[in-house]
Amino acid sequence: MAALSSPLRVCRGIMKELRAIQGPSYKKSLAYSYVMDQFRKNKVTGERYCRAQQEAHHDAHTYLCLLASTRNHLILHNLYHGKGERSPEEVAGLVGLRLPTQPGGKGWEK
Amino acid sequence: MLKGFLRLQSPLRSTLSLRKVSPRNQHLGIALRYSTATAERKRFYQDVSISQGEGGVFEINLDRRKLKTPGGKLFTAPNEALAIAVATEWDAQRDTLKFYTMHLTTLCNTALDNPTERNKDQMINASLKFLETDTVCYRVEEPPALVELQKNEWDPVLHWIENRYNVNIGSSSSILGPDIPEATKDTFRQHLNSYNFWSLTGLEYVITQLKSVVLTMGIIDRHLSVEQAVLLSRLEEEYQIRRWGNVEWAHDYDMYELRARTAAGALFVHLTSESSTVKRKLLQD
Repeated sequence: MAALSSPLRVCRGIMKELRAIQGPSYKKSLAYSYVMDQFRKNKVTGERYCRAQQEAHHDAHTYLCLLASTRNHLILHNLYHGKGERSPEEVAGLVGLRLPTQPGGKGWEK
Repeated sequence: MLKGFLRLQSPLRSTLSLRKVSPRNQHLGIALRYSTATAERKRFYQDVSISQGEGGVFEINLDRRKLKTPGGKLFTAPNEALAIAVATEWDAQRDTLKFYTMHLTTLCNTALDNPTERNKDQMINASLKFLETDTVCYRVEEPPALVELQKNEWDPVLHWIENRYNVNIGSSSSILGPDIPEATKDTFRQHLNSYNFWSLTGLEYVITQLKSVVLTMGIIDRHLSVEQAVLLSRLEEEYQIRRWGNVEWAHDYDMYELRARTAAGALFVHLTSESSTVKRKLLQD
């Protein structure tokens, strides 16, 4: 069994991600009520070993990973890749170079 | 290209609005109807909700219109959990729709439309190809630190799967990879065959992401978390990062993308395979 953080932490993590997605009204969302419902249903059982509970825990962890990774990926995407390709001047500028200029305009050599 | 990505139910309105968005794409044929996921368009709806349609399947409503697949079919999800997760993806979009962040939607579309028109056998064969060149079976001979790392990190998973499925896989540092016995492939072929078409779509997706059948089964059987599996899949890269340093715009970017895709695929498999949709209390004597 994979080492996972406690169900409460996972639940809080998902709530945090949902708030990041939906803003302050996240408690009214479908996902909020569904996730809370699932966590409550699987909270405590009489069994020492409950397979369904562990499955739900793993799925919740996976969902948290999906939400968090998508958010982080999008942040990095917007930061580094979101603006399309850089112009040759910009690329040269990144490493502290400037493109050569032609003093007399194109074809001045003649 | 945008035209194909999303069709809505009111034909007149959607054609008009889409024509405005993509006039130069009108001449593109059917071959390009499956657009690249990098295309973006404006968010044109306020409310996202789900409803239960005929046959107990769930539909996604954007305002009052029903979501359709790129192939023009009605978008349906087999259960409530998946429908809610998809609806949440649509709700998460801000000003523009970023389809490359909507992995569960994409997987559902693939399963519904089956754009490559493959059957289960073809998908299983494609998946098993990855077993022959499985990430965790390919070992390096140098440098010694990496050899040690691969042995310490990959061997436990390999032992786990060999015990779990009672098969023989082994590892190799030859360019040809290990010689996988036919019996092993048969075992996995049978096992994969027990999944339905939807689950298999997700399963193949995860396998192609991680480049590993072993790690994929590790997640699906809940032996590994997504983070662990992604780490193991990128082991050599992590080793190089530790040695040469981390570059956020390449390494972290790739890692988060791989995690998101893997998590989406794994969740998709779990939500669409029968066993996890029946959640009942197990009684012990």
